[in-house]
Amino acid sequence: MQFSFHDSATDPSSPTASGMTPALRVKDLAFYYGSQKAIESVSMDIYQGQVTAIIGPSGCGKSTFLKALNRISELEGTVRVEGQVEFFGQNIYSRQVNLNRLRRQIGMVFQKPNPFPISIYDNVAYGVRVYSRPSRSSLDETVESALKSAALWSEVKDNLNKSALGLSGGQQQRLCIARALAVKPKILLMDEPCSALDPIATMKIEELIDHLRQELTIAIVTHNMQQASRVSQYTAFFSTDESRIGQLIEFGSTAQIFMEASQPRTRDYVEGRFG
Amino acid sequence: MTATPEPAQNLIDRDRLNDVNLANQDGHNSFIDQGFTWLVQGFAMSVVIVLGWMSWVIFRQAQPAIEKFGFGFLWTQNWDINELTFGALPYIYGTLVSSAIALIIALPIGLAVAVVTSERFLPPWIRSPIAFVVELIAAIPSVIIGLWGIFVLIPFLQPVQQWLFQHLSWIPIFNSEPAGPSMLIAGIILAIMILPTIAAISREVLIAIPKELRTASASLGATQWETIFRVLLPSAISGILGAAMLGLGRALGETMAVTMVIGNSDQISTSLLNPGNTIPALLANQFAEASDGLHIGALMYLALILFALTLIVNMLAIVLVKFLKPGEA
Repeated sequence: MQFSFHDSATDPSSPTASGMTPALRVKDLAFYYGSQKAIESVSMDIYQGQVTAIIGPSGCGKSTFLKALNRISELEGTVRVEGQVEFFGQNIYSRQVNLNRLRRQIGMVFQKPNPFPISIYDNVAYGVRVYSRPSRSSLDETVESALKSAALWSEVKDNLNKSALGLSGGQQQRLCIARALAVKPKILLMDEPCSALDPIATMKIEELIDHLRQELTIAIVTHNMQQASRVSQYTAFFSTDESRIGQLIEFGSTAQIFMEASQPRTRDYVEGRFG
Repeated sequence: MTATPEPAQNLIDRDRLNDVNLANQDGHNSFIDQGFTWLVQGFAMSVVIVLGWMSWVIFRQAQPAIEKFGFGFLWTQNWDINELTFGALPYIYGTLVSSAIALIIALPIGLAVAVVTSERFLPPWIRSPIAFVVELIAAIPSVIIGLWGIFVLIPFLQPVQQWLFQHLSWIPIFNSEPAGPSMLIAGIILAIMILPTIAAISREVLIAIPKELRTASASLGATQWETIFRVLLPSAISGILGAAMLGLGRALGETMAVTMVIGNSDQISTSLLNPGNTIPALLANQFAEASDGLHIGALMYLALILFALTLIVNMLAIVLVKFLKPGEA
């Protein structure tokens, strides 16, 4: 199987490359839905300004892991967490953390595009309006720059007041990215953002991810290994065994995971022998 | 490309190959199918026929009054059975005002019930009973609500009515000495009666909103309240409006409970503390004793007006729901 890699100068040769600041540092994380343990003993860093792909077979806990990083999983019911997730040194599970501030810093894009049933403009402005009362002109500016960052501006600039539900699936997903970018997060979590999109829309999102790396840190869960190899600098491979509890099997630079993985399970997975 | 393989005919059952006739050979089955279609269509049409029949009978019976009073009936206000002069204005006014009071009170409370019972503010074991109890109000017969209104609500609210008169009588709607039964009480009774409709439908609408929208809102740093007011309620607006209009329709037509607490006065008064009357209440009070053709005609004319009012409210609801439907640019 052939993979193409970024030939970016920042591509490090090993995960412990010097000069990398972790935007998120996960320490021995275990996650429970009710009493059901979903993932255990995950420790890894998500480096600032890099794209980290999280891959693995279905049910390996990769989505659960991603949703634990901005505590959005807490909307889904009773959850319990052990271990720590540090966002630039602060534990996001500490009592002092304001959930709304946390989620503004760590934005999220979901598997299914989920624009609000309001206008394109209001969708992008939503997050900004929630926490501040911006002037019309500064809001206009924010909306425009977010839409430009999400590579959607040229397609929608004449229809900003039209309903977001009139956009195509790919456009809706980029709108959701713009909406997340408008609140200027430090980190963007993407949960299989292309799984509901056609190949052309997927390509656009992938190009976008590459551009966004200049502004912020990205963690992306994907089923698609080619996608992981195309967009990411680091890759984490999750898997599970008979216990049905997701575990981090291997973490390293994308080149390393795909070309010279140390774990046999990782090698089997990236070579398509299972999962 | 490989050559198309020869079909392996010898593997296929001979009988299956012979039985390829598509013609309808069994008249019995199609007769039952057709009969069932007619039956269902007949039942469905019967509803429309009953409605049309009712309108026709009311219209025919109203003829004497329509010929005598014309459209002037709508805005004249003397109702004298001995003189046989009739005017509908006080009843139209009373019907609209009492229903409006009901809607103004019931809409916010119903929405509050819907929000509290559809969101995760309370643990499920207390949420579901609340929703159930509110819906149970709909099952109380209106005559019982009326009795409760006379014996409990009026005495209970009399001090409130007195207070409103003493302190707020400079507002025209509170400028009369309350005697007990009043337009305000009727409105409150109606509010209680339409509350379950509004709460239950709004709740269903709120629950039906995709979970993804809540998650999206939370992921942008919105609190639960911000999500409710900025995403959920706007998304549900058309359904909530539909609920309000259904409630309003019920309030316009409610008869028994209103008759018992409104005081049945034929005077139009701006003060809500004065007694009033509504179209259904008047019909219930007078129809049994009406003997003169013109009197019956006038009552039927009123019924026709009520019919038209509810029809207008419902059509308005349909138009508004279409107009406000989210996602249609």
